[in-house]
Amino acid sequence: MKELVIISGKGGTGKTSIAASFAVLAGNAVTADCDVDAADLHLVLAPQVQQRGGFRSGHEARIRTEDCGGCGVCARLCRFGAVGQQQGPDGAVTYAIDPLACEGCGLCARYCPQQAIDLKERDCGEWFVSETRCGPLVHASLDAAAENSGKLVSLVRDKARTVAKEGGRELIIVDGAPGIGCPVIASLTGATAVLIVTEPTVSGAHDLERVAAVARHFAVPAWVCVNKWDLNPGMTEQIEATVRRQGMQVAGRVRYDRDVTAAQVAARTIVEFTVNGAGGDVRALWLEMGRCLTV
Amino acid sequence: MRIAIASGKGGTGKTTLATNLAVVAAELGRQVAYVDCDVEEPNGHLFLHPTIARHAPVQVVTPQVLEDVCDGCGQCARVCLFSALVWLGQKPLVFPELCHGCAACVLACPKHAIVERPREVGVVETGSSGAVGFAQGRLTIGEAKSPPVVRAVRSAAPRVDWQIIDAPPGTSCPVVAAVRHCDLVILVTEPTPFGLHDLRLAVATMRRLGVPIAVVINRADVGDDRVDRYCAEEAIPVLLRIPDDRRVAEAYSRGELMVTAVPGMRAALRGLWERIEEQVANGTVAGGSQHANV
Repeated sequence: MKELVIISGKGGTGKTSIAASFAVLAGNAVTADCDVDAADLHLVLAPQVQQRGGFRSGHEARIRTEDCGGCGVCARLCRFGAVGQQQGPDGAVTYAIDPLACEGCGLCARYCPQQAIDLKERDCGEWFVSETRCGPLVHASLDAAAENSGKLVSLVRDKARTVAKEGGRELIIVDGAPGIGCPVIASLTGATAVLIVTEPTVSGAHDLERVAAVARHFAVPAWVCVNKWDLNPGMTEQIEATVRRQGMQVAGRVRYDRDVTAAQVAARTIVEFTVNGAGGDVRALWLEMGRCLTV
Repeated sequence: MRIAIASGKGGTGKTTLATNLAVVAAELGRQVAYVDCDVEEPNGHLFLHPTIARHAPVQVVTPQVLEDVCDGCGQCARVCLFSALVWLGQKPLVFPELCHGCAACVLACPKHAIVERPREVGVVETGSSGAVGFAQGRLTIGEAKSPPVVRAVRSAAPRVDWQIIDAPPGTSCPVVAAVRHCDLVILVTEPTPFGLHDLRLAVATMRRLGVPIAVVINRADVGDDRVDRYCAEEAIPVLLRIPDDRRVAEAYSRGELMVTAVPGMRAALRGLWERIEEQVANGTVAGGSQHANV
């Protein structure tokens, strides 16, 4: 079983549009949306949810005000500034926990002399296994302002592997997150290959360098595609030269094409929308990646 | 005042807006700093070319087990809820990247065999670009957790009247660290299905944090009108619409500021700045009828 991960460093370079196109062109793959902060593949692939489940991760402390003695031990121990003082209508001082600042270490609960603090598991989101017109899609939604998106990414990848195994499918296409932090690392580790989608801008070039270093750090072979390459042909050449110099492969170029947005508005992938322009470029890119994955 | 520029979706133009807005505010005589909290991929420096006056490492603490003092009771591993200390038969093994630095293990150890050591996870740089103050953070490659670096940038940022915070994309903990306690969060979006979907998520996040919000629509003429309708329904003010313009994209690709490269943008952003000052002066955002076009 092979796992192709598509990431970008910089956001908005066209990662999801390319991942969705690959899902359609592959036909028989499992697709996993690991950009759990801003999951968008479902908007194009129109999934029918078959299976779903809650995602819990970490803990959250809560003080039972009626049992709080107001000693303040919790506030002194908390390293995250999550415990605040409050005053009741009767003037009594008690403490309360800011759920957005609490990291769930449980220290306050352990040392509260009144045992007035409960520690419960935190609900962070939901995962789904769905059917689409191009095979199964594993996706998730992370609750607003939640933590641990890296753990949810790992869960989505695990489910995708199970689905692939059960269905005898040979390829998993993973749409990763932007950036270089925990969701990206969780998307990347142990993958067969990574396709980095960038754009010919100073930001694109800068972010490519950082995300490529992450791929190297985790020893995943990397291919690079410059999207909207004709916005700055000189910069495209420079990026491709850097890519080769750093021992990565150039996978192809996709031109700037307003049909990409038109396809998205029509809830289709660019390769279903047109065989010309960017639609043709993405097909060529897929053929090249297919060749790389079979070698 | 702290104005954060954020978005659910990446690549909608946060950095473009934040850098150009900082320049325009300075031109209008405001004391302003640009604060790059997108520490995984900080890009503002590519447009502002700041002079960096100070570099400071960002450190977090992680436990170190003093092997000659540890008697192998295993209490530290039992109290660690992050699995950053794992019990391996006789001795604990520390996984620094999982550690949140809560000190539970330090306090739990009956032998006082655990000490905290600093570990560098990034760097904060401060300086200036002309009249604009500058601060940025950079997460070390391979590190997973960016919020400590985000918090470090915010505390090292120049103390001026107006801080413009360039937030990371998404809706999870790094964004929360960047926008908490801001006086206004401007969500940059584009009128596409992805843009709208991610805007909804960002709005839910900001409402949960209780920060006032407004929207700027970038590439305003490329998709459909669903973002406009959504903002009207939710009574979220749209402060500016920036039309799709290949000249903006090309100037951006070369690292040029939009206000100098494209005629008309300076006046548009000055108008935006005035509307931002109005929004902040009015306190929480209520109405949804303010509209403006470039």
